[in-house]
Amino acid sequence: MQFRNQYDSDVTVWSPQGRLHQVEYAMEAVKLGSATVGLKNKTHAVIVALKRATSELSSHQKKIFPIDKHIGIAMSGLTADARMLSRYMRTECLNYKYSHDNTLPVSRLITNLGNKMQTCTQRYDRRPYGVGLLVAGYDDQGPHIYQTCPSANYFDCKAMAIGARSQSARTYLEKHLNEFMSCEVEDLIKHGLRSLRDTLPNEADLSTKNVSIGVVGKGTDFKILDEAETQRYLSEIEGDDKRTRPSDGDAPSDDRPPQDPPADPLAQDPQVAVATEERSAAMDTE
Amino acid sequence: MALVDREPSRYLPDYDVQAPKQLHFSPYADNGGSVVAIAGDDFSIIAADTRLSAGFSIYTRKQEKLFTLSSNTVLGCSGCWCDTLTLTRVMAARMQMYEHEHHKTMATPAAAQMLSTMLYYKRFFPYYVSNILAGLDSEGKGVIYRYDPVGHCEKNYYVAGGSSGALLQPLLDNQVGYLNQENVEKVPITKEKALAIIKDVFTSAAERDIYTGDGIFIKIITKDGIATDFFELRRD
Amino acid sequence: MSMPNKADCFSSLPFWQNGPAPGAFYNFPGTAASSSNYNDCGIQRTQTPMVTGSSVIGIQYKDGIIIAADVLASYGSLARFRNCERVMKVNDNIILGAGGDYADYQYLRSLIEQKIIDEKCLDDGFTLKPKSLHCWLTRVMYNKRSNFNPLWNNFIIGGIEDGKPFLGTVDKLGTAFSDPVIATGYGAYLATPILTKAYDANSQMTEEEATNLIYKVMQVLFYRDARSFPKYHLGVISKEKGVEIRGPIEIEHNWEVSTMGRNQLR
Repeated sequence: MQFRNQYDSDVTVWSPQGRLHQVEYAMEAVKLGSATVGLKNKTHAVIVALKRATSELSSHQKKIFPIDKHIGIAMSGLTADARMLSRYMRTECLNYKYSHDNTLPVSRLITNLGNKMQTCTQRYDRRPYGVGLLVAGYDDQGPHIYQTCPSANYFDCKAMAIGARSQSARTYLEKHLNEFMSCEVEDLIKHGLRSLRDTLPNEADLSTKNVSIGVVGKGTDFKILDEAETQRYLSEIEGDDKRTRPSDGDAPSDDRPPQDPPADPLAQDPQVAVATEERSAAMDTE
Repeated sequence: MALVDREPSRYLPDYDVQAPKQLHFSPYADNGGSVVAIAGDDFSIIAADTRLSAGFSIYTRKQEKLFTLSSNTVLGCSGCWCDTLTLTRVMAARMQMYEHEHHKTMATPAAAQMLSTMLYYKRFFPYYVSNILAGLDSEGKGVIYRYDPVGHCEKNYYVAGGSSGALLQPLLDNQVGYLNQENVEKVPITKEKALAIIKDVFTSAAERDIYTGDGIFIKIITKDGIATDFFELRRD
Repeated sequence: MSMPNKADCFSSLPFWQNGPAPGAFYNFPGTAASSSNYNDCGIQRTQTPMVTGSSVIGIQYKDGIIIAADVLASYGSLARFRNCERVMKVNDNIILGAGGDYADYQYLRSLIEQKIIDEKCLDDGFTLKPKSLHCWLTRVMYNKRSNFNPLWNNFIIGGIEDGKPFLGTVDKLGTAFSDPVIATGYGAYLATPILTKAYDANSQMTEEEATNLIYKVMQVLFYRDARSFPKYHLGVISKEKGVEIRGPIEIEHNWEVSTMGRNQLR
């Protein structure tokens, strides 16, 4: 077995370059999950997710979870971890509603979630959550799309895509970013679907089976669109020119684990003479 | 007001005087209110008066006491208002938790059972609330559940509860249940007749019961959803 | 009921948890002696209010809410503290008035102020809304009453939510409701009829009309409520002008009529 390096044995171990390798590996778990896209206009936030079935025999795995009437999440990474986080978020929303008779502001929920996730990155007996979330929410400050990472970072986004091959979706989103704010919800959903389509390999396509769409906004409680509505949107983008999708070699691929750092001796972790000798010897034998 | 604690009178004669008495804290209050519900083959109607009072003062004349739990379940509460507020708040949270866990809305019979469990859970410090739950069962038929404060649950198709409960239940027995009537055809009640009876019985209750009056909110539950109605009562 | 070996207010803390305290005999846990609280004072709870404020009144006018309460805190029938403010600004869109035990009010005020500071620290652009505070306060009061340790108060909350005036109240049990006219204590009997009549006649009062009405009502209360005082504070909140706490406002009063009776006695 090949060790990637010697500073990744624990989340709490720093590399001399100032990196936490375990946390960075957890970030890679997000890229193993299928892609999901989130975007917003002036009044609504939309999340679109690509569902996968682990085998012919199994159904498609749910990717979008309702949290409260004003928040929904789309996940990429470990589904079980996402379930824990969604349960936490639901409880937070319920508690706030119970005590304040109002919906929890999205930014506060994300701050709390960030704090919760952070504790796992600072204790030797924990592991970071291996899941990335796109949170679509609506509150008094309008629609929001938040991205959260296993590193417990979170970002307030105009539009974002995470998961396998999501770089292609981000390319699409960046290209059309200026259109989102002024467009209608219908167009927003279509933009989401088109960007999601860009993440697909050439032989695959979107269908009502593998796509789910969540919408929330002014006057609309969070809802996951049913099959009929999904089909309507899918057929509306059917005719559009098939993707600006680059061939697989072109775009920087992000669905593979991180590669070893370039063999630049200066960039490598400094070697501690005494401590490493034995270990490197051990590594050689394995 | 009540700072003077009466000393135990030692060897003095025990004259009872009109003096400030120690206030004792009671966690309950009777805030009155009545709820009436009638169920038919394809509907159920539940109504509650809008007066919130304590003793001889009226707190407000437009307090809604019907709580819509889902698209086909409505809970009517009367009694101790602070318990009602808490109970319905917990109930709403539990409904939402159920929806998240089971990906469907709680059906009326399930909500009825949950309410019973929630009430009994507080058996030794009860919610002092008289609850009436109205809704539709799995076949779309109207159902009413009535409760005592500690969770006894009984399914019915016409119920009166709250401060005028004892006043109105015999009236409903006669008019809706056809009890103590001879030579009448026991036809199932229609929505229109149920609505008319509810308005009549509340008008009568407002005549006799000072804790019932001002107006009634009415919720009519059918498979198409919940319709709301309001009806004025005497305000004295 | 209290924990075994728990130090009471007279003895010093144990050296370590569940251990001996200076000057005390060590009790081994689980024995009868250790669980009997021979020197335990127990927990004190409010069973009766001590220093109390009287009525609080609130009314909705055209573009806001006015809450008024006098400045007296009585100790039984003694007019003990004569300059106690009972109306507070919570934030830019909430005001609160309190009746009942003054210490309980001060305790709750510090909780609310801390809540507002915590929220300011978040700096996320959200501020507490009147309905949220009303609900939160209801939960606090209900939880306290459920532990048989009530806060002996009546609170009136006024504010602006979504551009509309809100007026609500909570009592020591957690009984809560909202209405355009609310009065607590003796005000429920003396002030409500006057306020309701005025509100029903004209629900779109101007601020001036409303403050004049409140003045009249406070005067009636001063004449008839023996635990009242001819000085009061006003909390005024409107969408345009925000929150303002005014006062103390003096009530003019005239007891000449009473001299007739007095002369006869002499």
